[in-house]
Amino acid sequence: MLQEPFSKGNSQIHRLDPRFKVVFATVYAFVVALSNSFPALIAALIFSFALICLCRLDFLEVAKRVALVNGFIIFLWLVVPLTYDGQSIFYLGPFGVSREGVLVSARITLKSNAILLAFIALIASNTVATLGNALGRLKVPEKIIYLLLLNYRYIFVMEEEYRRLLRSASIRGFRPSSNLHTYKTYAYLIGILFVRAANRAERVYKAMLCRGFSGRFYSLHEFSFSRLDWIWLIVMTIAIIGLEVLEWVKIA
Amino acid sequence: MHISEGVLSGPVLISGIALAAVGVAVGLKKLDYDRIPRAAILSASFFVASLIHVPIGPSSVHLILNGIIGLILGWGAFPVILVALTLQAMLFQFGGITTLGVNTVIMALPAVFCYYLFGRLVGRQPCIALSAAFVCGALSVFLSAVMVGLALTFTDENFLKVSYLVVTAHLPVMIIEGIITAFCVAFLKKVQSDMLPE
Repeated sequence: MLQEPFSKGNSQIHRLDPRFKVVFATVYAFVVALSNSFPALIAALIFSFALICLCRLDFLEVAKRVALVNGFIIFLWLVVPLTYDGQSIFYLGPFGVSREGVLVSARITLKSNAILLAFIALIASNTVATLGNALGRLKVPEKIIYLLLLNYRYIFVMEEEYRRLLRSASIRGFRPSSNLHTYKTYAYLIGILFVRAANRAERVYKAMLCRGFSGRFYSLHEFSFSRLDWIWLIVMTIAIIGLEVLEWVKIA
Repeated sequence: MHISEGVLSGPVLISGIALAAVGVAVGLKKLDYDRIPRAAILSASFFVASLIHVPIGPSSVHLILNGIIGLILGWGAFPVILVALTLQAMLFQFGGITTLGVNTVIMALPAVFCYYLFGRLVGRQPCIALSAAFVCGALSVFLSAVMVGLALTFTDENFLKVSYLVVTAHLPVMIIEGIITAFCVAFLKKVQSDMLPE
């Protein structure tokens, strides 16, 4: 159920310095999110798509994720054009489909997908452990990194725990349906999951103290800024300036 | 519950980040180093629990559980939810970088609010405790949906109708969450009452 399918690979993008990828992805996401002109947004989508191609990821897997995230976009397309004020292009029964509503929906679709693809290429191409270390080097508060890494480590344990509980429930004849018994069973299942998590935390923390834990995770991973990073730094800076130009030209 | 990337306007995104930063700062301040493993492992269990799909009629909903997260962690809900959303983005690509602040506030603010409102009541006799837990679970989801609506409406007044739809669509989820939170609190009171606020 829980996997990081995009973190494996040996493409140029996978080999870039994670700190650089995090910084660039953040700047890029904000630039795209705040752009409004169609040329800029289409250019952004093409650039993000190029990043995905360069990442050489499993296309089917990427397509699946993109389709899932676009659920909300479909909802917007169903509602916004019908409810947005503006001049109607045509009528669906009693509802006018507004031109502005269609434009807003199209803009959101482009933005959302451009940012998503860039996120998959630049951020999801790291493992969570690498991301945690990179964020640590970028001066994100230590406690957050600590929470992130420990949380990530135990998600898999908790998932296993949950599956075990669900298995034993179904062996005892539990079949989920819409009734109070089902909700009660799930609630108790979640409750015992929390209790076990809390008790496990006690043991884990004691074990960590026994091993000399002093509140810091040390990473042996050295990040280095290579020539490849410099080349990409230039490429990505140009991309961002290009997007800003496209956005600005529209306004002028 | 989250808003996708590319929907909200600059001012809304920035206010979300500012509010989330304050909440996370308070949460981290209250979370000593030796309490972090507990918060982290509990948040791993919240993460897994929020993946559970509960049947409702012909369809199913996934749990949000921010009410009970608030009851168990108080202000710690802010950093824990921030981290959970980061992991959600990493593992499923739901949400993302620009909306991280807004989404954290959407989930965590109702959690903290419900902690202050219902934290005391949950420790009382079963009848009061269960009603409080039900309202806590339902109200936290309702407030989250309202905040999604507010974020959308502040972005563009024309999203008002979308916002009404979002809130309406969450009404069944509210009831399920209320029931699950009530049973869950009853269970925790019996099994490990020190997990709930005094």
